[in-house]
Amino acid sequence: MTSAITGTAGKIRGKDRLLSRFADNDRWLWRAMLAPAILYIGLLVGFPFLLSLYYSMSSVTVASQDVHFVGLENFRRIVESGTFWLSLQNTIVITVVSQFFVLVFANILATALVVDFRGRWLVRLLILLPWVAPISLGSIGWLWIFDSIYSVINWTARAVGLLGPNEWPIWLGQPTLARASIIIVNVWRILPLATVIVLAGLSSIPQDIHDAAEVDGAGFWRHHFQITTPLILPITLVALLFGIIFTFTDLIVVFVLTRGGPYDTTQVIASWAYFTGIQGGDLAGGAAISLFLFPVLAGVAILFLWLARHTEVT
Amino acid sequence: MTPEFARARRIASKAAHTAVLIFFVTFLAFPFYWMVITAFKTNQDLYDTQNNPYLFNSPPTLRHLSVLFEDTQYLQWLLNTGFVGVVVVIITLLLAVPAGYALARMTGAWAQTLGVAIFLTYLVPPTILFIPFSRIIATLGLQDSVWSLILVYPSFTVPFCTWLLMGFFKAIPRDLEDAAMIDGLSRFGAFIKVVMPISVAGMLTAVIFAFTLVTQEFVYGVTFITASSSYTVSVGVPTFLVRGDVYFWGSMMAACLIASVPIAIIYNFFVTRFVAGFTMGAIK
Repeated sequence: MTSAITGTAGKIRGKDRLLSRFADNDRWLWRAMLAPAILYIGLLVGFPFLLSLYYSMSSVTVASQDVHFVGLENFRRIVESGTFWLSLQNTIVITVVSQFFVLVFANILATALVVDFRGRWLVRLLILLPWVAPISLGSIGWLWIFDSIYSVINWTARAVGLLGPNEWPIWLGQPTLARASIIIVNVWRILPLATVIVLAGLSSIPQDIHDAAEVDGAGFWRHHFQITTPLILPITLVALLFGIIFTFTDLIVVFVLTRGGPYDTTQVIASWAYFTGIQGGDLAGGAAISLFLFPVLAGVAILFLWLARHTEVT
Repeated sequence: MTPEFARARRIASKAAHTAVLIFFVTFLAFPFYWMVITAFKTNQDLYDTQNNPYLFNSPPTLRHLSVLFEDTQYLQWLLNTGFVGVVVVIITLLLAVPAGYALARMTGAWAQTLGVAIFLTYLVPPTILFIPFSRIIATLGLQDSVWSLILVYPSFTVPFCTWLLMGFFKAIPRDLEDAAMIDGLSRFGAFIKVVMPISVAGMLTAVIFAFTLVTQEFVYGVTFITASSSYTVSVGVPTFLVRGDVYFWGSMMAACLIASVPIAIIYNFFVTRFVAGFTMGAIK
C-alpha cells in the first residue's frame, strides 16, 4: 500500500521533470511533423489558387507563349455573355432544389434507419452505394436510364398508363426535363452522405430525452419536430454545407449527362469553365469563370468555422 | 386505448416504416440493379422496345464482359486506378499520420485553428484549381502520365485524412506515451513504438478513405490525360466508351459495376468513422 503511493508520487515527479525537459523539443517535433503536410497542401492548393487569380486577369491560352495582364477584361467578357447568366442560374437552381429534397429525404430516411430492424446492414449498404461509387460511373448508369429510346422510366410509365403511346419525353434533350434529370442525379448522389450524417446525429441523442418526451405524452410528430429536430439542427447544417459544396462545384453530372446541352441550357459554372478553359483552350476565361464558385465556397467555409467554434471540437 | 387499436397502430407504423425503406432503397440502389440487368442481357434483348426491360427475354450472356476485357483498355484502367491509389495512399499516410498526431497532441488555441484550416482545404474543389493545374502539369511534362494524378491527388486526400487521424489520435490517452517516455523512449519513439501499433484501425480508415477518393476523382483525370492508356476507370468509362455515337451499354454497365460495388462493400465497414470525420466532432 505504502509502496504503491510512493511509486505513484515518484511517477508524477518524474513526469514533471520529463515534461519540462521535452517541452522545447516537443515544439520542434510538432513543427517537423506538420511541415511536410502543410508544405504539400500549400504548394498544391495555395499556389494553383493564386495562379488561378492571376490567370483570370491575364490573356493566357493553352498555346500562348507571352502572357500579359489584362485587368478585369475577362470578367467583363464573361458577365456580358448570356451563357454566364444561364450557367449561374442553373447552378443556383440545381443546388437549391436538390439540397431541399436532400434535407427532407435525409431526415425521413434517417428516422427510419435509427430503429433496429432485421437486414439493416444490407439496407445501409444499398443506400450508401451512390455515395461510394465514382460519380462519373453512377451518372453513366443514369445516362442509360434516361436514354432517349430505351429509357426504363418511359417504358414503366407507359406500362402503367401514365404515358400515352405517342408521348416520348426525351429526358436529356428538353431543357426543363434535362435540368430535372440533373437535379434527380444530384439528390441521388448526395442523399446517402446527408442520411448517414443525420443518422449519426439521431443516434447521439440520449435515450433519456426520448423517454422523458414519451412520459410527458408527446406524440410522434410533436416529438419529432419539437424535440428531435432542434437537437440535430447543428449536424443537419453540417450535412447541408457538404451538400452545397459538392453540388455547387460539381462538373461531373452535367459533363456525363448533357455536356451542357441542349444549346447550353443545362450548363453550370463548373462545366462552362471546363468547356471554355480546357476544351476551348481559353485558360484565362476558364479561370475567371471558375472563380465565380469562390464566394459560395468562402461562405460555406465561414459557416464551418462558426460551427466549429460553437460546438465542442473533439 | 383498446388492445385492438394499439395493435392496428403498431401494424400501421410498421407498414409505414417498411414503405419508407422500400421507396428509398429503390431510388438509391435502382441504377445499380439496372447495371446488373443490362450487363448480362444480349443486345437484341436490350434494343427491342417491345420487350419488358426488367426481365431476361433471352438467356443472359457474358458477351459484354468479354468485350470489355478483350476489346477495350478497361483492364489497363483498373490497373492504373489501383497503381495511382496505392501510391497516393502511401504519400497520404506519410504526410497525414505525423501531421494528425502533432495536431492531436499540440496544446494551445492555434493548434485547433490549424486543424480546422487543414480540414477546410479539403473543401476547395478541383473545379477551382483544374485550369491552372492543366498548365502546371504541362510545364512539368506530366501530361498523359498517371504521375500527374499521383502528384495532385494528395492535395485532397491529405487534408481529410489528417483530420480523421487527428480525431483518432486524440482518443488515445496521453498516459500511454508518458509511461513509455518514463521508460526511456523519446516522444517520437513513443509515437512510433506505442501509438502507431494501436492506431492500425485509424490508419486503415484513412487508407480506405483515400483510396475511395482516388477512384472517384474525375475532373483532374479528364483535364490532364488524353491518352486512353493512362486513364483511370472513372475517367476512361465515361469518355472513351462513349466516344462517337455508338454506346456499348452492356459493357459500360459491367464496367461501372465492377469498379464501384467491391469498394462500396469495404467502405460500409468503416462508415461510422468517416461520418465522425465529416461531422467535425459536432457530435460525440
